[in-house]
Amino acid sequence: MELLFFYLVALVAILSAFMVVKCKNPVNSAISLVMTFFCLAILYVMLYAPFMAAVQVLVYAGAIMVLILFVIMLLNLGPEMMERFQHGVVGGAIVAGIVMIQAVMFVNRGEMAGISGDVTRDQVLEVGHMELIGMKLFTEFMLPFQIAGILLLIAIVGALVLAKKEV
Amino acid sequence: MLTVYHYLGLSAILFALGTYGVLTRRNAIVIFMCIELMLNAVNLTFISLSSYLNNLDGQIFVFFVMSVAAAEAAVGLALMIAFFRNKESVEVEDFNLLKW
Amino acid sequence: MYDKLWLIPFFPLLGSIINGLLGKKIKNETIIGGIGTLAIFSSFIVSVLCFMELRLDTVKSHQQVIASWMSVGNLQIEWGFLLDPLSAVMLLVVTGVGSLIHLYSIGYMHGEEGFYRYFSYLNLFAFSMLMLVLGNNAMVMFVGWEGVGLCSYLLIGYYFHKQSAGDAAKKAFVVNRIGDFGFLLGIFLLFWTLGSEHGIWTLNFVEIAQHGHLLGAGSVVVTIITLCFFLGATGKSAQIPLYTWLPDAMEGPTPVSALIHAATMVTAGVYMIGRMNGLFAMAPDTMLVIAIVGAATAIFAASIGLAQNDIKRVLAYSTVSQLGYMFLAMGVGAFTAGIFHLMTHAFFKACLFLGSGSVIHAMHHALHKAHAHDDPQDMRNMGGLRKHMPITFLTFLISTIAIAGLPGLSGFFSKDEILLWSLAGNRGHWLLWLVASLAAGMTAFYMFRLVFMTFFGKERIAEKAKSYLHESPLVITIPLIVLAVLAVFGGYLNVPAVLGGAHRLETFLSPVFGAAQQAYGIEPPHMSHAAEYGLMGLAVGIALVGIGLAYLMYVKNPEMPAQLVAKAQGLYRAIFNKWYVDEIYDALFVNPTKKAGTFLWKGFDVVVVDGIVNGVGYIVKGFSGALRLTQSGLVHNYALAMVVGVIVMVAYYVFG
Repeated sequence: MELLFFYLVALVAILSAFMVVKCKNPVNSAISLVMTFFCLAILYVMLYAPFMAAVQVLVYAGAIMVLILFVIMLLNLGPEMMERFQHGVVGGAIVAGIVMIQAVMFVNRGEMAGISGDVTRDQVLEVGHMELIGMKLFTEFMLPFQIAGILLLIAIVGALVLAKKEV
Repeated sequence: MLTVYHYLGLSAILFALGTYGVLTRRNAIVIFMCIELMLNAVNLTFISLSSYLNNLDGQIFVFFVMSVAAAEAAVGLALMIAFFRNKESVEVEDFNLLKW
Repeated sequence: MYDKLWLIPFFPLLGSIINGLLGKKIKNETIIGGIGTLAIFSSFIVSVLCFMELRLDTVKSHQQVIASWMSVGNLQIEWGFLLDPLSAVMLLVVTGVGSLIHLYSIGYMHGEEGFYRYFSYLNLFAFSMLMLVLGNNAMVMFVGWEGVGLCSYLLIGYYFHKQSAGDAAKKAFVVNRIGDFGFLLGIFLLFWTLGSEHGIWTLNFVEIAQHGHLLGAGSVVVTIITLCFFLGATGKSAQIPLYTWLPDAMEGPTPVSALIHAATMVTAGVYMIGRMNGLFAMAPDTMLVIAIVGAATAIFAASIGLAQNDIKRVLAYSTVSQLGYMFLAMGVGAFTAGIFHLMTHAFFKACLFLGSGSVIHAMHHALHKAHAHDDPQDMRNMGGLRKHMPITFLTFLISTIAIAGLPGLSGFFSKDEILLWSLAGNRGHWLLWLVASLAAGMTAFYMFRLVFMTFFGKERIAEKAKSYLHESPLVITIPLIVLAVLAVFGGYLNVPAVLGGAHRLETFLSPVFGAAQQAYGIEPPHMSHAAEYGLMGLAVGIALVGIGLAYLMYVKNPEMPAQLVAKAQGLYRAIFNKWYVDEIYDALFVNPTKKAGTFLWKGFDVVVVDGIVNGVGYIVKGFSGALRLTQSGLVHNYALAMVVGVIVMVAYYVFG
């Protein structure tokens, strides 16, 4: 049952990702991307990471995609730009195929190694994912968290400066 | 039985699709979206392995990837606007100032 | 007073900087000349004070270190000064004669373009010369050595708009470079040998004198070292084979010729040998070479001087000849006599040059006023000037008598001392004496020929210019008088015992020279008084013969020279053309060098060097022409390249 559900979600995700790449109209691409993001959020829930699923929906599907759509609308790209919407299809396909085969082989050949932790699925259900993440983020990863905040600040300033009419 | 390999395989497929999009599309905004797709494929890897190893570090990493993606979106789209203002286009063929 | 030694070179340096930087703005000749003269005169005062203190002091060697210059491993060099009797005597000569010539220059250079430049150079020269004299190690001396060479170049080329002056300056510089090369090699070899074989890494003169004996008397290495130093001395002091630059150096202003090319700089080689007397005393072979070169130069230059018509050229060859005497003295171990002759020569030759300058000044003025275009330096245009310029004539005559070696004047004592040593000293030889005596006779002849042609006989100057001839101003004649007085009495510093003197200079200098002379068996000549009197008489006789001949040929019977020339035309032409030495050098060295240079330029530089340089350029251009095609400017291509790179790297890790 679970496997079947996974295949279903994965199929939708792959299809919508293919739509992102293949749609002539950027708006369609963006909507397809939102679909992919939702599928990924579902997969996150299946992986016992509900908080990440929520953030995925909020940040990606919500904030970033709205920003992208907003820019697409703002620039109002005319239809003549969509005529020659892609090029180098054969080369791109070959390279992308090689990348995929490589990734799969990489996964196949490698061992699943890594530092095992103590956060079992039961604990996630019991304590709550959000609390676990929060504990980790505000203790062990405090400095990177602050730096990420500074990065976002700089990004805001940079975006403002770049988008200004007279630089 | 659903294993971590399923997730990793899906992630590989999504990553390859993203790569294909980056290499073939001409519209810079779509390329940008393809990059987001690749980032999400990687995020999926992180979270599936984190879940498999019972270790939250991978999810924390996803958190940071998201904040970088947000920053990238802000700056990248601002760049796009600035470029469009100059060239009336967002096609990457027109981004050719790096030439000799 | 010893701690004020640094002031001596400092004053001229200051003067040079002030005049060099601000002179163009000051413009007032009196102030510029005053600054220059005051600077060197201050040095003179300090020198006198130091000398007075040193004379009564029991310790005869004082060093003052200003700062460290370089400190590399075993090489420790300081900016240090050394005051001992030798440098004290040199200081007095350099600053004393220098002051007079600075004073003289105010009058002589009056109205010249670049007056401030002249005084700046002259002070810079004084600074360099004082560094040379005062340096307590060979490197500081070398700094002075190069500095005086530079100033010599600048001052010879003072009238740089004249082609001949520029050429002469270049010639002086290049020829000096050959000598400097030898000097440097000598320094290196000495430093290395003393250091690597005996563990004494030093260039300090006092330490060299102290440890020099380690090299071993008469050893090959000390001979080579001293020969290298002597090569340096031949360049600076205009000895065979490197003397040719000095006569050409007369293109410079006359006071420069007096200061640099007669009194001070050209004696640097003699001073250097005196400074290193310990090393030279250990190398009898080198001493012999020095003596032979000195004697040969003395007679060779004197013979050329016989037939020159340019007043300054005669004096130039006379200088070369007198320098030969000094080297002869050094070569036979008569260090004191060499320094003594250096001193007396500085007095009378400076006086002679300044006198000739006074004559040229007057001639130039008169000819200019009369709009005549005769050469003011050519003696054939002069004659009978003694009525017009009595002071110049008198001082000139006194100095001429001094250089000719007539009894009672300074030249007599110093020259006689040298002749005595070269005959009877244990490193002398009668041949050396004979050559030197002959040269003394020639000296007397050509100097009196000069006097007779210039001051006696008919006035050959253009008729209309005659009325403009007059005596030079006080600022010119005062230095002449002072120098003439010195030329008379300078000799009494070192009156030999046989004439009832006490060899005071010898006693004063003995802390410097005595040790080496004793250690390596250089003995003063032992002769009976009668023999010494005889020798003096002979020398005076030879001089008198020379004077008499000159009188006969140029006063009594003015047609005689022409008849003689007609009889021995080949010889005369050879002498008149300076034995064709310049032409021989041109053929042997200058032209082959030029040809080699042209070959290297056209054959090597253009083809090989430029070929390599341009070839590298072409190769890079070709490669980059191919490579730049990869830089298409298309984002897709870059992205593709990046992805391919990632694929390759992953493949390497996964499958490698």
